[in-house]
Amino acid sequence: MSLIKGGHLVEDTFVDASGGETIPASGPVIVNLAQWQAQRDALLARGTPLGLRLHSDQSPEAIADDIQHFALIALEFPKFRDGRAYSYARLLRERYGFKGELRAVGDVLMEQVFFMVRTGFDAFDLQQSPDPVADFQTALRDFSVWYQPTGDGRPTAMQLRHRTR
Amino acid sequence: MYRYDEFDQQFVAQRAAQFRRQVSRRLAGELTEDQFRPLRLMNGLYLQLHAYMLRVNTPYGTLSSRQMRQLAHVARKYDRGFGHFTTRQNIQYNWIKLAEAPDAIADLGEVGVTSIQSSGNCVRNITSDQYAGCARDELADPRVYCELLRQYSFLHPEFSYLPRKFKIAITGSPNDRAAVAVHDIGMRMHNNERGEMGFEVLVGGGLGRTPYIGQTIRKWLAPEHLLSYVEAILRVYNMHGRRDNIHKARIKIIVNQMGIDKFRELVDQEWEQTKDGVLKVPDDEVARIKAYFAPPPYEKLADGKAELTMLRKADPIFDRWVRGNVVDHKVPGYAIVNVSLKAPGRVPGDITAETMDAVADLADRYSFGEIRVNHRQNLVLVDVKQSELHELWQKLVALELATPNLGLLTDIICCPGLDYCALANARAIPIAQDIAHAFSDIDEIQRIGHFTINISGCMNACGHHHVGHIGILGVDKRGEEFFQLTLGGSSDQHASLGDRLGPGLPQAEVPGAIRKIVDTYFTMRANDERFIDTYRRVGIEPFKVSVYGAETARAH
Repeated sequence: MSLIKGGHLVEDTFVDASGGETIPASGPVIVNLAQWQAQRDALLARGTPLGLRLHSDQSPEAIADDIQHFALIALEFPKFRDGRAYSYARLLRERYGFKGELRAVGDVLMEQVFFMVRTGFDAFDLQQSPDPVADFQTALRDFSVWYQPTGDGRPTAMQLRHRTR
Repeated sequence: MYRYDEFDQQFVAQRAAQFRRQVSRRLAGELTEDQFRPLRLMNGLYLQLHAYMLRVNTPYGTLSSRQMRQLAHVARKYDRGFGHFTTRQNIQYNWIKLAEAPDAIADLGEVGVTSIQSSGNCVRNITSDQYAGCARDELADPRVYCELLRQYSFLHPEFSYLPRKFKIAITGSPNDRAAVAVHDIGMRMHNNERGEMGFEVLVGGGLGRTPYIGQTIRKWLAPEHLLSYVEAILRVYNMHGRRDNIHKARIKIIVNQMGIDKFRELVDQEWEQTKDGVLKVPDDEVARIKAYFAPPPYEKLADGKAELTMLRKADPIFDRWVRGNVVDHKVPGYAIVNVSLKAPGRVPGDITAETMDAVADLADRYSFGEIRVNHRQNLVLVDVKQSELHELWQKLVALELATPNLGLLTDIICCPGLDYCALANARAIPIAQDIAHAFSDIDEIQRIGHFTINISGCMNACGHHHVGHIGILGVDKRGEEFFQLTLGGSSDQHASLGDRLGPGLPQAEVPGAIRKIVDTYFTMRANDERFIDTYRRVGIEPFKVSVYGAETARAH
């Protein structure tokens, strides 16, 4: 178990069928974009929480009008160097108003957690971490000063400067 | 100049502490080299041929004397007593030990100098005009906006893993000394028809193996939109830039693949959504930063040209130096002094710790404690009283920093090449030294006039060879080093890429080839025409013939 949410290890209640597996008859499930597009009606009819996993070359623009159907969107980092999902996360949170779980999956390293939190992720599959909880907490403690405004609402250095005056 | 406040200082200290942890995790084997590489790169640490290399930013080319002394300290304590200034207003240390890198970085952080994002696939050091704030031809001080971008770009959560590196440069003067057209984003400050200052924004310039001159994406951008517009470009690039091939990953590739109009459309669509949001630059922040760049307490002086003329008449060597290295200042009675790091036989851009300290002392004594770094690997003292030029010159002579060759043939840009760099195909430094040796008569190079030679040891083009009047590129042909010449490049406001002259030459033939090019120029130039203008008028043919002979020239 390696899923971190709210700073704690949590059990993943979703079954991940996004690799193309048969979708179970009931229960929370994660599907891929093709599955969602092909089986949209059936998936909605199940009436259980639905998750969507997007590859790093799949912009969330494709599902911008559908986000209310998803309880979870998982954005994939095929390599930690592939930073497209940071932009996707901000679009989902700040432009499309996605309020569900935004999960970082794939090559997720503790050194990236800080950026992920700031761009809107709130769940992290820290598979490569020997101690995910400790690593997560350490990564968050690294900085208390931020220069860029993002949707997470943390005040930036610029805002604090002019507030304290 | 800008000084870090409590927020900046805390940020830099936290970044240093984070890197210290990352290094210990690497040394303990908790991080693989593959995982550690981007972390160290984003802190400016490269693994080179012989050791780690640490690249340190001089933000927009401005340093205080205190910061310069700290650069000297780092050279002494963690390196072999010298550093190397680069074409991106950075300084590189070539002999750093991994275990000591966090200490070096922490020491630099104490004086507000960082290596943050001096490498990696992120926004690099923001560069600018070395004469910013002092130049006569300047519209406004670009450093205010460079600093805004410096803060905006440091550890940007969305843009720290871009497809490839990203370089931004700003000029506040129509005479571009910052080579903005060969940057991923280049900005030229100018007034619109209503007389309001803003930026012309260029995108997609760059050198490397596929060089491009940047194209105008926006003719005029209001300063309040600087950050939102840059963010729109970065977001489009982050989502659309190629990640399948490292050689096609720079923004210039997608700009040219989709065309500037399509790219502009995507940026504008994105920008429409954000331009009036939280990134709008508040006036009070601009005012806060501007205050740091307020002019130093200049004395009210009369223009001291008459006295200077007398001194120059009395001493032709001093006169030659003033003509070569001193530039007019916007304030009467002051002058801008270029400090040449290109003495004959020296490695272009190299400087010892002792000389760094000496330059810091001179800055304190003669130039309000401030030093600039230009992209041609020289230093500048920007606020010198005309009446003190002669005294300063004598001290620079003693330090071998008074070679009067600014913008002349031996003011050579040169990358570290195969002497240090793991990427290089050929040694660049010996070529620079050979050329300097062949053109050691300073009167002659002053007669030749404005002439740039840029040397890169490989096609990554750190030595900007594409935009040298003569570019020299080191190539490897079956284990032997050859040097490929290009002519007619330029990085100023009329930027152009050089044209290939002909087959590569062995090292020994390079100085002779340059001699032939210069001779041809002399026979063809009209009056005081600069080399680049002659070249643009007559084309490459006569130069080809002079270097290769008529027959070989025809075959190529």
